[in-house]
Amino acid sequence: MEAEGKTSNPGTTQPSSGPFSPETNSSGRRSFLGWLLGICTLSVGALLSVPLVRFGLYPLRVKTTETSWSDLGDLGKFAPFPSPVRRLITVEHLDGWRKAVFQRTVYVTKDAKGQTIVLSAVCPHLGCSVPWNEAQGQFICPCHAGVFARDGKRISGPPPRGMDTLEATIKDGRLMVRYQYFRQLVPTKEVVA
Amino acid sequence: MSDAATDNRSIKPRPGKGLPRRLYTWFDHRTGLDKLLHQALDAPIPGGARWSYVFGSGLLFILLSQIITGVFLALYYLPSADRAHTTIAYITKEVTSGAFLRSLHAYGSSAMVIVLILHLTQTFLYGAYKNRRELLWLSGCALFILVLAMAFTGYLLPWDQKAYFATSVGTNIASEFPLIGDWLKRLIRGGSDMGTLTLSRFFVAHVFLIPGAIFALIALHVYLFRKAGAAGSVRSDPRAPGFETESFYPRQLLRDFGFAVVLIAALGILAHFRPVELGPEANPADTRYVPRPEWYYLPIFQWLKCWPGSLALLGIIVIPSSIAVLFAGLPFIDRRRERRPWRRPVAVGGFAIILLSLFSLGLLSRLSDRRDRAIAAQLAHQRQETRRYMQAPFEPEMAETSLAASNVALLDPFAAKGKEVYEMQSCDSCHGDNGRGSAEGPKLVGIGAKFQPDQLEALLRHPTRKMIDGGMNAVVVSDQEMESLVAYVNSLK
Repeated sequence: MEAEGKTSNPGTTQPSSGPFSPETNSSGRRSFLGWLLGICTLSVGALLSVPLVRFGLYPLRVKTTETSWSDLGDLGKFAPFPSPVRRLITVEHLDGWRKAVFQRTVYVTKDAKGQTIVLSAVCPHLGCSVPWNEAQGQFICPCHAGVFARDGKRISGPPPRGMDTLEATIKDGRLMVRYQYFRQLVPTKEVVA
Repeated sequence: MSDAATDNRSIKPRPGKGLPRRLYTWFDHRTGLDKLLHQALDAPIPGGARWSYVFGSGLLFILLSQIITGVFLALYYLPSADRAHTTIAYITKEVTSGAFLRSLHAYGSSAMVIVLILHLTQTFLYGAYKNRRELLWLSGCALFILVLAMAFTGYLLPWDQKAYFATSVGTNIASEFPLIGDWLKRLIRGGSDMGTLTLSRFFVAHVFLIPGAIFALIALHVYLFRKAGAAGSVRSDPRAPGFETESFYPRQLLRDFGFAVVLIAALGILAHFRPVELGPEANPADTRYVPRPEWYYLPIFQWLKCWPGSLALLGIIVIPSSIAVLFAGLPFIDRRRERRPWRRPVAVGGFAIILLSLFSLGLLSRLSDRRDRAIAAQLAHQRQETRRYMQAPFEPEMAETSLAASNVALLDPFAAKGKEVYEMQSCDSCHGDNGRGSAEGPKLVGIGAKFQPDQLEALLRHPTRKMIDGGMNAVVVSDQEMESLVAYVNSLK
């Protein structure tokens, strides 16, 4: 065996020769076959790895976590109300093969320019849910007395920012909202994953 | 290899050239790769290359495919009774190439059994277990059992009707063992009934224990094969060397490669055009379900039906294990050097009878199912249910914290009013949706069992020192609102 012969000959720095090596085989046909087999194996392997890669990378190409849009109803219905309207929305959150459904409180109100906006009822201070106080015409948080204006702007109290507006859109005359969570205790609105 | 003069590949060492060559040399000096490769590729086959020798490497190839597809499936699969089916449905219906990979894995197990039977038949017919190959044969027998065990444990994992009931029947057989039967069944199932613990056990066996044993035994099997050398032609006689040999490379390697390509093509086409189905989730309460095992277990299934009551021990334990022992002990019993099958009528005849009986038993099982109207109708119904389930879109599983999963409370209008108070008073921001608790506050579910309604009201109006320190505020609401709030909190279960 030539490999053994080499080890008994340590003085020479002769390299060993692989069976697939092109130069060393006295028969060119054999080495050509070796290369051909190697290339075939590689291409078959590459072909087979396509479904594996697609399978493994599925969550990178397709949205696997998603919060659905919730329907708040006909936009026109909200127009006559001067005060913010409290609505319970059903939120569906998809996470891979599981789905969570929960209810959240939102307020449909108007901003300074009279545009309809949707506010999350979660207080940006410590996360209590903020009710609308009709008598005082303000949002007043029951936990630490944070006070917000009709359009959610902060008036007084410990909250670091105003109430958070939610992403809203109008589709076929219906008001749709996408519920999100925001980081508490920070002055700027930051979405929490 | 020793007669280098006749070997047309005896190589004159040449000085190294280029980076690839130097890398190869570097690697070879540290691993001895070159020698290993030469030993494998130059292994002599007495009588030359043949198509009938391809099954062993075919098995290695399928094993590789099973490992890779199995690892990828584990990316999305969860082994628990309430998740397994959903995650497999997710793989099958949602994930790209999921149905294909799962089919490749499932068909791969059948292919494994088929090629294993071919490998075994070839070894047997060629008398390749003879001449100091007892351990090689024994390790092969052990591998055969392990492969069947892989198929059996893997079958349960999707947790659909078929998987559940077939495994229920399969594990029941264990109870036929004398003395320890019932204990054995409970050991396998992780309890007296099939449940989520059974699934965990089967998963661990399928993914950790059996593969570990298979790797070790394959290493032994291949080592022993290398040690003994290829048996080659049935006419070659170890006492009279000089029988013309041919090295493994290239003609046998090409055949092995060709067989691997055939296997890939067959499995790929099958998996693409006839992907395996997933039935509805296992329902242990379904008393009408007629379980049928996978095809390779049908003969055993049919055989078990022939041994009712007191005869069961004989039919289920004594006869099969005697045959198995006889089969495994073959190289010790059949010590003649004769390898030509036509000169070994007893051995070959016995083997043919066993194969034929297994085949007829399987066929009989299919036929009797078809003849029995009630069973045929139920089986057709089951197939239809499976098809219907496959056509339905994927339905994500409801998370535990979901609204729909809880809210029994809302049935009572009084408690429903209380829920409003609960949310208006921001109780939910600490105690969580539906009183399930959060990082900020303890859960309220089940609190009704600990306190009377008036005690609850007192605590809500005047929290204890400990509660206040934990962040609890006194609840200031009207008596009526308080009453409904207490009713709601009480109803949380």
